[in-house]
Amino acid sequence: MTLKSIHRFAALTLVVLLTACAQQIKLEDPVADDAAARAAAEAAARSGQASGAGSNPMGSERPVAQVTLDPSKDPFNDPKNPLSKRSIYFDFDSFSIRDEFRPVVEAHARYLLSNKGRKVIVQGNTDERGSREYNLALGQKRAEAVRRALTALGVADSQIEAVSLGEEKPRSSGTDDSALAENRRADLVYQ
Amino acid sequence: MTFQTHARQLFGLTGVLRRLIPCVAMLTLPWAVATAQTRIDVSGVGATQLPIAIANFAGPERLPQDIAAIVRSDLSRIGAFRVIDPQQTVGESASVDFAGMKARGAETFVSGSVLRQSDGRYDVRYRLHDVVKQSQLGGEAVLASEPDLRLAAHRIADSIYQRLTGERGIFSTRIAFVTKQGSRYRLNIADWDGENIQSPLVSPEPIISPSWSPDGSRLAYVSFEAKKPVVYVHTLATGERRAVANFKGSNSAPAWSPDGRTLAVALTLDGLSQIYLINAADGSGSRRLTQSSAIDTEPVFAPDGRTLYFTSDRGGAPQIYRMPASGGEAARVTFGSNYNTSARISPDGRYLAFLTRRDGRFFVGLKDLNGGNESVLTEGGQEEAPSFAPNGQWVMYSTRSGGRETLMATSVDGRIRQRLTSSLGDIREPAWGPFGK
Repeated sequence: MTLKSIHRFAALTLVVLLTACAQQIKLEDPVADDAAARAAAEAAARSGQASGAGSNPMGSERPVAQVTLDPSKDPFNDPKNPLSKRSIYFDFDSFSIRDEFRPVVEAHARYLLSNKGRKVIVQGNTDERGSREYNLALGQKRAEAVRRALTALGVADSQIEAVSLGEEKPRSSGTDDSALAENRRADLVYQ
Repeated sequence: MTFQTHARQLFGLTGVLRRLIPCVAMLTLPWAVATAQTRIDVSGVGATQLPIAIANFAGPERLPQDIAAIVRSDLSRIGAFRVIDPQQTVGESASVDFAGMKARGAETFVSGSVLRQSDGRYDVRYRLHDVVKQSQLGGEAVLASEPDLRLAAHRIADSIYQRLTGERGIFSTRIAFVTKQGSRYRLNIADWDGENIQSPLVSPEPIISPSWSPDGSRLAYVSFEAKKPVVYVHTLATGERRAVANFKGSNSAPAWSPDGRTLAVALTLDGLSQIYLINAADGSGSRRLTQSSAIDTEPVFAPDGRTLYFTSDRGGAPQIYRMPASGGEAARVTFGSNYNTSARISPDGRYLAFLTRRDGRFFVGLKDLNGGNESVLTEGGQEEAPSFAPNGQWVMYSTRSGGRETLMATSVDGRIRQRLTSSLGDIREPAWGPFGK
């Protein structure tokens, strides 16, 4: 046998084998895996022409397409999405959620309603004036206001815990009005 | 006049302001040398001081502690005495040069000895003499191991103090406080004079509200190590700690009942902060005490265990209320401003110390629970966390000074003030420990 005849024999065997494979897939699994059948058929078709001129000589036999996930598409990080906002601010001596933060609360409620397996902790904070323990209770009042707003929108109790950090973990260490205002807030921390 | 009369004048409720004797110079120098870490500055002094000479104690050459120096320091700082160092050693049973002491201005004189026993412990003893009458007023011996020599000296200062004033001394007591350095928090205990600082807890998260068990063996406190406030009980000798209140929401403000078996705490598991009682041993048996729809917190037991004082904003602004410890109707106690919190009761049950806001600034206030008279004890305007000494004569508190948080103590009559600073960073949340048994 010459080398060329060996090649032809191999090609023929391959065709037979692949055709057989294709047939096996089809026979054994007529319902599912049409994609696999198509792929096998395509491969068989290609190898059937392997010894002759190919119809796509520049393409790879095994193309792989790339998919890049865009980080800004994650709603928690997309600045255009209210879910990316996780702090709710309060006026001095106040424990009601300001109107401008209603959309934020509603967005998180919707998220929790469609993701019942997720839990969130609401952490209340205060500025640093006065008794630490009373401030702990005031921070709790802020966290509780957010918690109640979420449950009023239908979120399950088991998905939310309201806690307080009082004056202990300030985000801003200044004593001017804007620093104090920064610390009068509740944060949503997903578990 | 006798020493007893001097003392009663000083500690009487109405004193006469006389010429202030500057004490600061006498005290800061030795402290700057002796302790790298803590410094005590005293300002203001009682009008009448008992002049007392304290000789060096006779004893072994290289004792690790200078007993007489500690006794002199204790009695100076408390403000009731003008302490004289006669710069000589006089053994406890040695004869006394009364004329010499009188010439130095002393009315009383202390001699003492330290004897090393065969078991390695030390017998530390003193004798107190009346210089004018040239007679003995008594003495005492204290047995101590070497690590407890400072404590022996403090016990001797207590004994002298009690003999001369009729009041129990606080020189052997300890204080607890929290320090913050960068992002590291420590719960600390020190002797009343700031020495022997030890840290039962070091944590990357805040610690607040330390509270001594009545027998001094445990501390309850609030730790944020779980990223939410949880109440722990911590046994000092072993380091064993147990979360006794870790309910849903925030758990805080632990306060011991006088029998040490119950803790009053503030819990938010039902929504806003309310006061509950739990078993101190393991946190079991929780029962709710307050029934308001407002914030109730900062519970504290009166010394008889039958009344609870607490902070509530049920009237719109935070005030101090009282209620039976078994539950029931609450009555408002403070009226002087629209912000009164952080109640502490003096050991005799007679006085309430608290935090009061006046003109937007925060001071320590004192209220006579019998007569109703309220006064302001401090001047800084950034005060927090008052705590009574176990003899009821001092109130320690936290304040801000020079941009840092420091501890101060004021005599209840407001005349003497002391500041404790530390190289440990910001100091806050002081709690004065009980008398030893």
